[in-house]
Amino acid sequence: MTEFTLLDMLRGLWSGLQWTVLLSLLAFVLGGIVGLLVLFARISSHWLLRSLSKGYIELFQGTPLLMQLFMLFFGISLLGLDVSPWVAAALGLTLFTSAFLAEIWRGCVESIPRGQWEASGSLAFSYGEQMRHVILPQALRIAIPPTVGFSVQVVKGTAVASIIGFAELTKTGTMIANATFDPFVVYGLVALGYFALCWPLSLFARRLEGAFHVTR
Amino acid sequence: MAYEFDFAATLEYSDLLLKGAGFTLALTAVGSVLGIGLGIACAVCRAWGIRPFNWIATVYVEVIRNTPFLVQLFFIFFGLPQMGVRMSEWEAAVLAMVINLGAYSTEIVRAGIQATTRGQIEAGESLALNRFQIFRHVVLRPSLQRVWPALSSQVIIVMLGSAVCSQIATEELTFAANFIQSRNFRAFETYAITTVIYFLMALGIRQIFNLLGRYVIARRPITGRAGA
Repeated sequence: MTEFTLLDMLRGLWSGLQWTVLLSLLAFVLGGIVGLLVLFARISSHWLLRSLSKGYIELFQGTPLLMQLFMLFFGISLLGLDVSPWVAAALGLTLFTSAFLAEIWRGCVESIPRGQWEASGSLAFSYGEQMRHVILPQALRIAIPPTVGFSVQVVKGTAVASIIGFAELTKTGTMIANATFDPFVVYGLVALGYFALCWPLSLFARRLEGAFHVTR
Repeated sequence: MAYEFDFAATLEYSDLLLKGAGFTLALTAVGSVLGIGLGIACAVCRAWGIRPFNWIATVYVEVIRNTPFLVQLFFIFFGLPQMGVRMSEWEAAVLAMVINLGAYSTEIVRAGIQATTRGQIEAGESLALNRFQIFRHVVLRPSLQRVWPALSSQVIIVMLGSAVCSQIATEELTFAANFIQSRNFRAFETYAITTVIYFLMALGIRQIFNLLGRYVIARRPITGRAGA
């Protein structure tokens, strides 16, 4: 029987942590892109786009992330495609992230005073130009702190991907805990790993909030 | 090869699903009452800087808010027994939910308390209210009223998050779904129905909180809102 040293544990957890980071980054970037599309649909003047995107957001905010992953995992395989936990996790987290980011950003766009729309409209800007030159640059400033804050939720969300068999930090922790019979230390270290990823993000978001508040 | 959907194969087990949903709601109810209570206590410690408690509450909030619920659950259920603290999967699930919601509601309630203006408290003092009365009527109730929508959102997030409690074999809704799909091999249909149930429960909780907010928290109309 092999003995596990603390170093072995840490080495295993380190590889899991890297997958957590990779999955978080992927979900955040892809989720941001999809979220932007959902945002445009959400604030568009077409009622169908508006209600579809509203339904999309409600669906992903009103159901557990775990269920979304299960549905994707089993739903895609119904189409005859072979899904790896990787694909299901990345796809699920992307959809989840996009719904939340779209809603966060909608608040930012809507907080731009009506007059800005009217002023840029009176300069004969088209909708696209209004968005690009007037609304989005201002909304972006307001959007940065809550977006950074939300990235913490994405990192934490990746833990749920362990349940569908994706070997990130939590899953690695479970495997090591089962092998070493030392769950107290292992899960303590796992928690520490997440904390090391999330806390700087939280602090950064809070600092940004403070910084943007003073200038506004 | 087209897949034929068979939702009836899952609906056969609707009593199991309903039981699981009931357990999820019970878990949420106990978790949110205790969790919000804990949150109020910690928020008071933080907002008024009651020294050692303030420090402990700060660490608690930061640690819980920056780690996943699933890991907290595993730590409580698998890790603590090693230290001699043994508990059933139900106790572990409730404890994890209380601790998790407690941390988030601390921050939410604290924001509400800090929005209380000095003048409101002075007004309370000039009415010869004692400290406890001022806290209850002037600080706490209006604070809760202010942050009530945020609190209800957080309770819904915790309810949805409780799906992962199935991983420690707490027999709530997701556990029931896993059980059913292992019997009828209809994973997609089972999880689709379960997702709909979660969605309806989220809507229901939102309504209950709206009613509570209107008739319990804001029992008396507040004139001249603070900070407005």
